[in-house]
Amino acid sequence: MSDGGPLELVDITIGLPGRVLVDCLCVTVAAGECVTVMGPSGCGKSSLLAYVAGTLEAAFAARGTVRIAGRDVTGLPPERRRAGILFQDDLLFPHLSVAGNLAFALPPSVRDRAERQRRVEAVLAELGLAGYGPRSPGTLSGGQRARVALMRTLLAQPQALLLDEPFNKLDAALRDDVRRFVFAHAAQRRLPVLLVTHDAADALAAGGRVVELGGGPSPGDATSRPEISQGH
Amino acid sequence: MRRGATRRAWRAVGLALRAGMLAALVAIAPGVRAQAQVPAWSDVLAKARGQTVNFNAWAGDEKTNAFLQWVAAEVDKRHGVKVNHVKLKDTSEAVTRVVAEKAAGRTSGGSVDLVWINGPNFLALKEQGLLHGPFSQRLPNYVRVDTIGIRSNVIDFTLPVDGMASPWRRAQIVFVYDGKRVPTPPRSVRELAAWAQRNPGRLTHPSVRNFLGVTFLKQALYELAPDPAVLQAPATDANFAAVTAPLWAWYDALKPSLWRKGAQFPDNGPAQRQLMNDGEIDLMISFNPAEAAVAIEAGLLPSSVRTVVFERGTIGNTSFVAIPFNAANKEGALVVANFLLDPAVQAHAQDIRQMGNFTVLDMTKLTPAERKRFDDLPRPPALPTHAELGVTLLEPHPSWMTRMAGEWEKRYTR
Amino acid sequence: MTLVRAAPIATVAVLVLPVAAGLAGTLLPAFDYLPAIGGHTLGLDAWRRLIDYPGFGSSLRLTLTVGLVTPLVALALAVCVAAWACERRAWKRFTMAVTPLLATPHSAMAIGLAFLLAPSGWIARAVSPWLTGWEVPPDVGTVNDPHGVALAIGLLVKEVPYLVLMIAGAQEQVRVRESLAMARTLGYDRVTAWVKVILPQIYPQIRLPVLAVLVFSLSVVDVALILGPGNPPPLAVLAVRWFADVDIAFYFPGAAAAVLVALIAAFAVAAWRALEGGVARFGERWIARGGRTGMTPGAAAAASMAAGLLALGVAALAGMALWSVATQWRFPHAWPDGIGLAGWARRVGELAAPTLTTLGVGVAATLVALALVVGCLEGEVRNRGRGALPPGLLYLPLLVPQIAFLFGAQVLLVRTGIDGTFGAVILAHLVFVLPYLYLSLADPWRALDPRFARAAAALGAGPVRVLWRIKLPLLRRPVLIACAVGFAVSVGQYLATLFAGNGRVATLTTEAVTLASGADRRVIGAYATAQAILPWLAFAAAVLVPSRRRGDA
Repeated sequence: MSDGGPLELVDITIGLPGRVLVDCLCVTVAAGECVTVMGPSGCGKSSLLAYVAGTLEAAFAARGTVRIAGRDVTGLPPERRRAGILFQDDLLFPHLSVAGNLAFALPPSVRDRAERQRRVEAVLAELGLAGYGPRSPGTLSGGQRARVALMRTLLAQPQALLLDEPFNKLDAALRDDVRRFVFAHAAQRRLPVLLVTHDAADALAAGGRVVELGGGPSPGDATSRPEISQGH
Repeated sequence: MRRGATRRAWRAVGLALRAGMLAALVAIAPGVRAQAQVPAWSDVLAKARGQTVNFNAWAGDEKTNAFLQWVAAEVDKRHGVKVNHVKLKDTSEAVTRVVAEKAAGRTSGGSVDLVWINGPNFLALKEQGLLHGPFSQRLPNYVRVDTIGIRSNVIDFTLPVDGMASPWRRAQIVFVYDGKRVPTPPRSVRELAAWAQRNPGRLTHPSVRNFLGVTFLKQALYELAPDPAVLQAPATDANFAAVTAPLWAWYDALKPSLWRKGAQFPDNGPAQRQLMNDGEIDLMISFNPAEAAVAIEAGLLPSSVRTVVFERGTIGNTSFVAIPFNAANKEGALVVANFLLDPAVQAHAQDIRQMGNFTVLDMTKLTPAERKRFDDLPRPPALPTHAELGVTLLEPHPSWMTRMAGEWEKRYTR
Repeated sequence: MTLVRAAPIATVAVLVLPVAAGLAGTLLPAFDYLPAIGGHTLGLDAWRRLIDYPGFGSSLRLTLTVGLVTPLVALALAVCVAAWACERRAWKRFTMAVTPLLATPHSAMAIGLAFLLAPSGWIARAVSPWLTGWEVPPDVGTVNDPHGVALAIGLLVKEVPYLVLMIAGAQEQVRVRESLAMARTLGYDRVTAWVKVILPQIYPQIRLPVLAVLVFSLSVVDVALILGPGNPPPLAVLAVRWFADVDIAFYFPGAAAAVLVALIAAFAVAAWRALEGGVARFGERWIARGGRTGMTPGAAAAASMAAGLLALGVAALAGMALWSVATQWRFPHAWPDGIGLAGWARRVGELAAPTLTTLGVGVAATLVALALVVGCLEGEVRNRGRGALPPGLLYLPLLVPQIAFLFGAQVLLVRTGIDGTFGAVILAHLVFVLPYLYLSLADPWRALDPRFARAAAALGAGPVRVLWRIKLPLLRRPVLIACAVGFAVSVGQYLATLFAGNGRVATLTTEAVTLASGADRRVIGAYATAQAILPWLAFAAAVLVPSRRRGDA
């Protein structure tokens, strides 16, 4: 499905006026690999993902090169980067049904309506949610929603997967299941995965390298270069 | 002149005349007829002091508004009577109010003390017994009113005034044209149509719902009707079609050459004048012989405009003030009506720097000092002389207007 | 506090009674029944006379086309502006720029547009004769045109900003940023993402304002008097015209016309709701097709049209301000031939009375409305959110055509003998001020952290003291802004003032509309400018009043 290219971050620096959040970060995430960025809240983890996805707010000053599967996407708008993202909240659109949410992500190149429907139903079946298509996302359980959200992101055929603490709000009992589900699907598609979290268990489950972001919380306190704590 | 220029409901009058329903309304307490003793004028003045007169007057002309404001200040200064100019968009609003008060049983303490009125609105109130009076001959200044030379001072649209209203200014149809663009203005309605056809889009008339608009048709009817004498009697089902046939033929030929091809009309006289000032038209009807001179003075028309009167004469009439039967401040209203006839006030009104409306007084009844006030008024080239005004034709019976407006609406409202 | 208990009842009474009683008062004469003026039996004569009016067909067609097309265009433009400008700096600028336009009374705006758009108007003057060769204005009907195009433009200049601000408000209730980010990472461009993800989520919240715009467009009177055709006019204007007729018999077809406007409005609202269902179903399928691009050029074009409307509005007001100081200004001169303050000096006396009336009525209506709204909101907060007024009720006076109930309400006012008094006008304004003031104050009031009040209560402050010493000071700015909104609504009222004031209470708005039919444009300019300035001053005062303490909400 994926062409297996890497996600490359070169010399990424992100700051707010008077405060550097990420200083010259360089990471390459190989296809099928998962790199975890860890740090306390407010350290700039989410900003880093937003920068990669192209959705960083204008208030931030940021520079550095982002390459996805060999393409330099740094100047591209988010919709042309093919970087799928999952947030803490599933952000399933409340005005669309479960099937509608999935169809929303299915590329328009699949033109035939029956074919689109078939694919959506296949995904639902895979999730064990056959027959749930017409329901409103609000009627699903937290775990079901998280899975639908992942499948929605994957249906758009991203070339990299960005995870912004997506397991944070889940019940502890569910969290493990969902984590495994996500990582399995990412691995199956050989996507480079960049996970940001403050939960060491997430990093452990991801099983890849971990990058610590220093998280200088006070203004003017420049963070040191992040260190790679665990590598190959 | 815009004194009557805002009435809309010509058809309504005809209906009102016929409507027995209205008579039923009037059934309760006519009240006002019993004017047993006439109090002396000094008593009127004494009672009037401290009253506030709600003077209902059409307010679409700044000059007239300013004049009324001046009147208010003077009457307050001289007689201790306050005047509140209730600004009307249309005189019929005041008529409606009096009728509504009557319907609600308010036979005293009414909200309208004095109303600027004539034509169908006057007729409506007079016929329904909704006016106070007769009162005009009780006004000390009324003796100077020209009741012989200016017939419209006593006969309003063929209706005898019977003292139920007091005159205060005069109107006569003239045509105002831009001398720069119209070297030889038309002098008859036929010439007018021919001119319009040569200069399409440069002539209009106010909407026919408006007094001045229907007056445009009346003037044409006077010249085109086989025998204009019939216009002094009510129009009938029998004669209306035949008398007006030449008018509609003339109008059908004229209409495509009018401004906006006759599909739109200015709401009223001032709107028409604004079009002239904006250069959208070159020629317009006016009911005030001094309009051009006044408007130039006020910066409302270019200095190149002049005034012309048609060869066979034009329609003229008089503006009145009347007092509704239930007026709360009748004495104050009488004082204001009398003040309006003061020679000095009439001269002030005739001054083109003020309002510029020809007087209703008889010059021969004035003292030399009083007359001098008129003689000393400025006479710019845009102001026609008395001689140039020519023959004043009497207003036709209102039924003609009512029917003409209705017929026009039927023919030309799409 | 008795106020808290009485306020919701009084509020409901203010919103419902005039509308219900007024509707009944219009309905009866529409079927020939009004004994006071000789209508003793029910019948259909009023309707027959209405239908027999020579221009009835055109009047009806005009009402329908302007009334139905305008709201659709207004909504489309507002949506395109929001879609195109979302997450751009232009959005903030646009929403700021529209506030003064929105505060400007409809009639002042219409008066300005009439001059701007006329063939001898400012636009034509700016390009003549050097570009157009026009030494005299061309003979084309660009205002008061029979199809109501100028009228529609006049409505759009006010309605698009209104809907844009409503969309801005509704977006606060939705997670716009995150939803857009999600949609964009799924490959949707900004505009498409907004239309497919944000619009369906916010539409339920802008539905009532949209319907209010629909009803307003179908029944508008003041703007139609100024920019619309007169021969024939739209139905609502026809009703007002007949209502003011010398012959009271015209009251009957006038009432019928007013009822017809109400019926059209009711059908239009029902049709709109049905259309919404259709659009929603179509939209679902359209969204499911997954198209991600292609809407940007259209949205950008529409957004520039909306910006153009904005510019028209600004130019219209500027033109009137300029006229008010012009000594003379003739076609084809692009600028006045002379400028001076003499005109203002001459008219100060004349302007003073209507200005004071406008201020007095506006302040009184606003204060009464504020007391009622604060009472309602206090009661709601104390009842833990129960007892909130349903939005449909608040919008009631905006969803029933004014003409349909003011017509009948006037008979009641005459009957009770309070017609033509200040009190009657304040009451009539209250019907429209109250909903707007409520809608603008409710959210900040509900959002106030209840712990402030609890903390004060724990210190022994009673509810009255908490209200005066804690809540109102904390909510000072939203309260002032809500008051400015209420005041602006009051200043703009034409029909309500005309009917309740029985023509005797003259505000800047009634005077301006009266003058607009043909007075000296320099005078009209002064009135329109004064009319526009009052609400702006109110907003400026609300925004500029210094915060007493840090933490003003």
